Amino acid sequence: MDDAGLLRLSCLELRALLDKGEITSFELTNACLRRIEEVDKKVNAYITVDRDGALMGSKKADEMIRKGESRPFTGIPIGLKDVLCTKGLRTTCASKILKDFIPPYDATVVERLRAEGAVILGKLNMDEFAMGSSTENSAFFPTKNPWNLDCIPGGSSGGSAASVASLTSCASLGSDTGGSIRQPASHCGIVGMKPAYGRVSRFGLVAFASSLDQIGPMTKTVKDCALMLNSIAGSDIRDSTSHPSPCPDFLDYTDRDIKGMTIGVPLEYMSEGLHNDVKEAVEGAISKLEDAGAVIKEITLPHTEYAVSAYYIIAPSEASSNLMRYDGVKYGFRAGDYDDLMDMYIKTRSMGFGQEVKRRIMLGTFSLASGYYDAYYKKASQVRGIIAEDFQKAFNECDIILAPVAPTPAFRLGEKTDDPLEMYLSDIFTIPVNLAGLPAISVPCALSSSGLPIGIQFIGPQMGDHLCIQFASFYERLRGNFGECPIS
Amino acid sequence: MEFEAVIGLEVHCQLKTKSKIFCSCSTDFGAPPNTHVCPICLGMPGVLPVLNKKVLEYALKLSLATNCSINNRNIFARKHYFYPDLPKGYQISQFDLPIAEHGWIEIEKQDGTKKRIGITRIHMEEDAGKLIHDDKRPLSYVDLNRTGTPLLEIVSEPEISAPEEAGEYLKVLRELVRYLEISDGNMEEGSLRCDANISIRKRGDTELGTKTELKNMNSFRHVQKALEYEIRRQTALMLDGQKIVQETRLWDEAKGITLPMRGKEEAHDYRYFPDPDLIPVEISAEWIDDIKNGLIELPAQKRERFKAQYGLPYEDIRSLTASRALADFFEECVKKFNNPKKVANWIMVELMKLLKQDALDIAQCKIQPQHLAELLLLIDEGKISGKIAKDILEKTYATGRPPTDIVNEEGLLQVSDDDTLYSVCKEVATENPKEVDKFRAGKKKVIGFLVGQVMKKTKGKANPKRVNEILIELIG
Ligand SMILES: [Zn+2]
Repeated sequence: MDDAGLLRLSCLELRALLDKGEITSFELTNACLRRIEEVDKKVNAYITVDRDGALMGSKKADEMIRKGESRPFTGIPIGLKDVLCTKGLRTTCASKILKDFIPPYDATVVERLRAEGAVILGKLNMDEFAMGSSTENSAFFPTKNPWNLDCIPGGSSGGSAASVASLTSCASLGSDTGGSIRQPASHCGIVGMKPAYGRVSRFGLVAFASSLDQIGPMTKTVKDCALMLNSIAGSDIRDSTSHPSPCPDFLDYTDRDIKGMTIGVPLEYMSEGLHNDVKEAVEGAISKLEDAGAVIKEITLPHTEYAVSAYYIIAPSEASSNLMRYDGVKYGFRAGDYDDLMDMYIKTRSMGFGQEVKRRIMLGTFSLASGYYDAYYKKASQVRGIIAEDFQKAFNECDIILAPVAPTPAFRLGEKTDDPLEMYLSDIFTIPVNLAGLPAISVPCALSSSGLPIGIQFIGPQMGDHLCIQFASFYERLRGNFGECPIS
Repeated sequence: MEFEAVIGLEVHCQLKTKSKIFCSCSTDFGAPPNTHVCPICLGMPGVLPVLNKKVLEYALKLSLATNCSINNRNIFARKHYFYPDLPKGYQISQFDLPIAEHGWIEIEKQDGTKKRIGITRIHMEEDAGKLIHDDKRPLSYVDLNRTGTPLLEIVSEPEISAPEEAGEYLKVLRELVRYLEISDGNMEEGSLRCDANISIRKRGDTELGTKTELKNMNSFRHVQKALEYEIRRQTALMLDGQKIVQETRLWDEAKGITLPMRGKEEAHDYRYFPDPDLIPVEISAEWIDDIKNGLIELPAQKRERFKAQYGLPYEDIRSLTASRALADFFEECVKKFNNPKKVANWIMVELMKLLKQDALDIAQCKIQPQHLAELLLLIDEGKISGKIAKDILEKTYATGRPPTDIVNEEGLLQVSDDDTLYSVCKEVATENPKEVDKFRAGKKKVIGFLVGQVMKKTKGKANPKRVNEILIELIG
């Protein structure tokens, strides 16, 4: 089997090969590293490749397997969005200000995967501090869509999506604040899940907007996604916002039927602004599911139109606060040639942050300013509550909500970089889910007329991650073979 | 024209929990710079705070002891500003829903009357680090050991009307936090810090004048002196028809004046908003009850009880209840030697004198309550004189040896045996014929000198009363 052939296998399939001894993690990791050498110069998914660390990890994993101590991710090479702290391994957030930052600790999710013996290949590109929808806001370089190198992979977890799609990692982790896992997953033809808020510990995830951020799996299949969620989910004493309830075995939900269950389709998501190819893809999925025995119900989420505005107050407000710590005093970049303390702050932050980050810091600072707080942050928080109520009401009538992920397939690099508002609107269907703290999963659905992947998302009720997986997995089987990424 | 001052105090009280408020680092003082730190209190990327429950417990204790109403739902808020001693760029504090509001404490005024000072609010927050400036180069060092040490901020109503009242308020507050054992309450070491808001107005006016905020006062004395100065300064301005500027002023102890703080401190917008990393903390009624039931006797209650139980004068009671340790010492002692007045006198005069010499605390003292009781019993039984007792107390103080041991080993038992006393008295009479003549001639006072001579010969061990009697008998 050539590298691509091997790497096209799912994590579950690789697990079987590893456990049967038909392949070692060392061989598999080397295949990934060769694949990175070969393909990533075109895709640019990786900011840092940790060759030595990965090989060392693979040997340890092989030892575990030999001793019969193998666990779901033992020996599986994965990539991490560069917003997750990795002990001893540079974590940049794709920002100049953290260009050389080496954390002395692992994020909880990294710690859990390492404990299973997962092999960490390196750190994946993203929009700076996860602010963006195209990975063009990386301070280092943009990542390309493996399906069409002239297109964006989506964002902000663009590197994570592109690496799974281009087979330079077997699975990856991303983070989703307003769609940053689901939208790039949709654009790159892979599975991406934003778990319910609190399902996965945020400890060690460099904060963008703390009340919205969630870490989630980005994988080739829904089963792999369930497998990875099993490994990373669960409460954590280091994160007060992590949910105390125990997690079900998510893999257990991947082979279930959905016959007789109700799928809600929100009216507001299927209206104007939706690209025809996307509309057709969603409608195609709906009729397939209906044919398979699901009950389709039109629902309404009446306050959807306010979601983007509320989000662009809440997220930048929290970001402006979370990013205060990058001041050049303790770690990271510090500008040279300053006159005094204030000058050092100004120069460091002006030079260290990119355009979009500075834009959001200014938006957030303004929204929280005394005299404006009530009109902006407070009002936005109220809107957020109303949006959550919309969902709650909708879930009285259905088990799951089916919706498009992004209004259009991947756009071309540079197409929207001069128009931030246009860029913000590409998250219109994903943002409400973060505001409501719900779980949602993006699963590949169809190819556009120009051959680009289009995903659909299943949005679950509060803490209903297992339902997302159940529906997504059922749909994945129903859909059958999805087109093959040309680069693979 | 007569003016009156309107003063409100903001006190920051450092809690002596073992670990910091949002991480498990130690709160111990005096460690080498940046050794009591971790990624959380260093504000590294991606870390999260987790509330130390002990802080909540301590805050509840003080809130209940100051008669506040407790908010069952507590929200932490972020207060933003840039400074190198604040690693996250924001301080986690409380804004909208502090732990406690609307309380009061009682102080005693100069004339002995009591006055209630309202407590506006008490809230929890984290301390910042420290900057150490190089005095030779334009360079500053940052020590973040203190970062994340838990603080309570206690804000009073503007109901203090004189510098002495402010001093009294601080003393009462310090006494409370020490009694509750939640803080060292030491202003000089910074575990208690005080800022003051002060304005003046014509006596009888109801509207408040323009206030100034005073900072940089490092002792009770500084607070009082700064307020006194500020009252004089504001009064002079008013009399001169000038306006008082609302500003922050720093107390300059060396010059004895307040000076306006430089820089644009006033323009700060802290952009408070609820910290999304910390969920609201619910405080159950049961927990409040538990803490209420577990509260120790507070100073005011203790004083009432001392008055009823020991019948001591108020001044004695105040001194004895100044600290829990001292009050406990007194009570232990009285249990073994039931003469409260005598015990109180010995503690306040002799013991305090010794402690003061070495600037020691009762807790650090080698004299145990049973030592003092033993000593007083020896006097009471006529076995030693008061003078000898004082010497013994000093020895016990220095070595911790029980007084009875000292008396026995050094042969200090008072001589009351008449044969010995008669022979010494005869000796003295023979050696001092002039004085004996004077006595006989009616100068009765001279007996004192003769008694003194006897005491000298017996190294103070003679019973002076008996010596007096024998001398009169011999030469009278
Ligand atoms: Zn710490």
